Amino acid sequence: MPLYWFLGPLAGLLGVGCYALVGSRRPRSDAIVYGISFLCSVLALGASLTHLLTAPAASTLTLPLGLPWSGVHLRVDALSAFFLVIVNLGGAVTSWYGLGHGRHEQAPERVLPFFPAFLAAMNLVLLADDAFTFLLTWEFMSLMSWALVMAHHRQAGNAHAGYVYLLMAGMGTMALLLAFGVLAGADGGYHFADMRAGLLSQQAAALVLVLTLVGAGSKAGLFPLHVWLPLAHPAAPSHVSALMSGVMTKVAVYGFMRIVFDLLGEPAWWWGAVVLALGAVTAVLGVLYALMQHDLKRLLAYHTVENIGIIFIGLGLALAFQANYLNDGAALALSAALFHVFNHSLFKSLLFLGSGSVLSATGERDMERLGGLIHRMPWTALAFLIGSAAISALPPLNGFVSEWLTFQAILISPELPQWLLKFLVPAVGAALALSAALAGACFVKAFGITFLGRPRTPAAAQAEETDTRSLTALFVLAALCVLAGILPGLVIDALAPVVASLNGAVRLAAQASQPWLTLVPLAEAKNSYNGMLVLLFIVFSGFLSALLIHRLASRDARRGSAWDCGFPDDNPAGQYTAGSFAQPIRRMFGSVVFQARERVDMPAPGDLRPARMTVSLRDPAWDYGYLPLIQVVNTVAGRLNHLQFLTVRRYLTLVFSALILLLLGLAIWR
Amino acid sequence: MALIIDWLVQGFQMLLVLALCPLLIGFVRKVKARLLRRRGASVLQPYRDLRRLLLKEVVLAESASWLFRVVPYLVFSAVWVAAALVPTFASGLAFNWTADLIAIVALLGSARFFLALAGLDVGASFGGIGSSREMMIASLAEPAMLMMVFTLSLLAGTTQLSSVAQYLLTDGVGLRVSLLLAMLALFIVAIAENGRIPVDNPATHLELTMVHEAMVLEYSGRHLALIELAAALKLTLYLSLLACVFTPWGMAEAQAGWSAYLLGLLAYLAKLAVGGFLLAVFETGIAKMRVFRVDEFLGAALMLGLLGILLLFVSRSL
Repeated sequence: MPLYWFLGPLAGLLGVGCYALVGSRRPRSDAIVYGISFLCSVLALGASLTHLLTAPAASTLTLPLGLPWSGVHLRVDALSAFFLVIVNLGGAVTSWYGLGHGRHEQAPERVLPFFPAFLAAMNLVLLADDAFTFLLTWEFMSLMSWALVMAHHRQAGNAHAGYVYLLMAGMGTMALLLAFGVLAGADGGYHFADMRAGLLSQQAAALVLVLTLVGAGSKAGLFPLHVWLPLAHPAAPSHVSALMSGVMTKVAVYGFMRIVFDLLGEPAWWWGAVVLALGAVTAVLGVLYALMQHDLKRLLAYHTVENIGIIFIGLGLALAFQANYLNDGAALALSAALFHVFNHSLFKSLLFLGSGSVLSATGERDMERLGGLIHRMPWTALAFLIGSAAISALPPLNGFVSEWLTFQAILISPELPQWLLKFLVPAVGAALALSAALAGACFVKAFGITFLGRPRTPAAAQAEETDTRSLTALFVLAALCVLAGILPGLVIDALAPVVASLNGAVRLAAQASQPWLTLVPLAEAKNSYNGMLVLLFIVFSGFLSALLIHRLASRDARRGSAWDCGFPDDNPAGQYTAGSFAQPIRRMFGSVVFQARERVDMPAPGDLRPARMTVSLRDPAWDYGYLPLIQVVNTVAGRLNHLQFLTVRRYLTLVFSALILLLLGLAIWR
Repeated sequence: MALIIDWLVQGFQMLLVLALCPLLIGFVRKVKARLLRRRGASVLQPYRDLRRLLLKEVVLAESASWLFRVVPYLVFSAVWVAAALVPTFASGLAFNWTADLIAIVALLGSARFFLALAGLDVGASFGGIGSSREMMIASLAEPAMLMMVFTLSLLAGTTQLSSVAQYLLTDGVGLRVSLLLAMLALFIVAIAENGRIPVDNPATHLELTMVHEAMVLEYSGRHLALIELAAALKLTLYLSLLACVFTPWGMAEAQAGWSAYLLGLLAYLAKLAVGGFLLAVFETGIAKMRVFRVDEFLGAALMLGLLGILLLFVSRSL
């Protein structure tokens, strides 16, 4: 598929963004903006899917824009085509959702211009083929998403979220800028082809790895660079949260893969160890953070951190395998990571859109004030349930397949010769298993407290089902979750060109030819999984038992009040809440990780005030990372403050001595 | 012909576990009663209980949703499918390639996920306490179980349960430290996941021991029957798994002939009986522990499992 097929949709997105700058106050402008965004995303989705499935040679294009001596280089190859599919699928679904959901927007002029521009920016990052274009579009993407985060800037906390996001994004871009600088070397070849051809010393390559981990990792949400993510993602309007969490983090993963797997050349084994360790810590801490949240959207945002950890575990394994020339293992690990990228973009978008429907129906994000929504919003509840089951890695849905593949990759890793890896990989496997189990608990809580039980507030009791357009978007994503779960072989075959392009032409065996479309990643181990049959068996035995019982035994049902051991409580406040659901896990893990402390304030006998329990949690990333850093910066700034109040004489002396020092340095260095 | 026999064996195995599981529960209860010098109910009592529950009408709470009515069928079929894929009397099941050990663990996880949701559905406080504790226990038990799975598959080179059983049966694995650790881990997980003493007490409705029983407190009639049946199936599954992996002797190989199948069946029944007896003895000899001691108990299982894998990563002969 030639590249200019993408230029039309991109021009459309940018154009409708410009229109919205002037026309967003007009009636029906939201329909125009989201409609055109939807059309453009579908066109770009078609183009990228065609490119991915037919796997032609990379197509390039140079536009006479940008820097006069280089121009803007664009290129689409298998890797960018795969991520283009994810971006445009997410873009199409969220635009469609926006067609229904956009009516609820209070300040459309703060959302409509930036939404299509954000989509275009993400597309452009994936198409960029030189460092200048990449950084420019990356920063454009950050700024557009920042503008969307600030859309509701008067709500408490959103301004702070935007500020933290802007700082972290700026730091990340700086790290990427330095990484590209090291990659380009002294000759300054900023075209990606030059970087691919260039040879780096080991130290320089290690420096690039670290800078990329900071730059792309902060955008993706690697611990401890994740701190902006749970603040900023929930602050944006819900369909934008879905894009930021489900899609933009994947663009960051793309940045990491493009630099480390494509441009940087052959990896050293310890790169794998570093990425694996980071991924494992991120996965476990991400889900623990998520379990402690009561805000539905913030819980989802923290859960993104966990999934990014799982993706980076797959990438780290791939690096370790590649460094030891075990390309079959690397193909498996890469497929697992890419499959999880795809899955996460599906179910996280689904869950954020679902939480958006809940938010617009009730005006509440706090789970402690929801409940019982399954009665009032049955379809939203069903879609959210499918998303929750998929993200908790339950068979036969798609989340399980990518975790299964990651486990399979871990199981062949005793072949790795390095001792550190031999100790690290089993621990990473345990961490992955732990995070999968905790994710189940997390989503029992998220779905159970929000949708089940009895309504805890009048707002929840009077919620109305969301509109049909939003529901269509939810069910498209839910259907894709089921399909990717029962036909994983097709997804893996579609991923194979991407894997081959990053892995010295080694890929997994074609899966579509397996009998019954069974998934058999490595032929010699004969490990197989067939989601379709598992689903069929469950449906069959479920229906069979239901039929038999209804025919032969009883089918009577009567409604009565709840049993509750004989003392049913009419007050819905007596139900289990999000806080009480997470209390056992908070005691088990939180007392160590978050220094969780419970303080009970019990009034004396005869005193009529209510007893109170307060829970305090501390965030290790802020406590040990950012707050000391902020303190150091403040101290240094305070010390340097008096430099602002010197006389002209002193300033001249300073300038002169700085010049001499620099010249001296130059003389010594030469 | 071979295909037909394979399918027949698979079908028989599905029905066998379903038919046997209430008997196992009855047997364990009987042994426990005898150990306490009571006479106890007949070993067939669970069948009578199931029949009684199936014939009764269902009383639904007013706040129960459609999910509450679907979950019993979902839980039962997920556990049944998982139990049907664990070799009992013969390895080489016809559908063993459908789901490997990791998938079996995850299927049990699915059942637990939906049961925990059902516990929250009515909006009564007991359901919530049960769901919350069940998920806490699972958050450690499931990784420990996966560690055991890793140990086995590192040894046998596959996660396919039938192939693992075949390997352990034929290749003369001998005594391995890692296998011992995995067995201990699996035993602890089996105790916890089936809600037995010391983690939970299946015989009481006291508030402090309530995990599984609290979660399903609002269920009645045929729904309760299905959930009880699923719980019995789960116990059978765990005992079968322990038997198939750590004492594979007597199990028939694929297409071994009728006499081998009969021998395998007898061996399986004997193994279940021994397993049930040991479980009853263990339960009688130990006291229920506090809920917040459970994490230490299960953490030990996780650490044992991890140690087993570490040994295998270091040397394939440990």
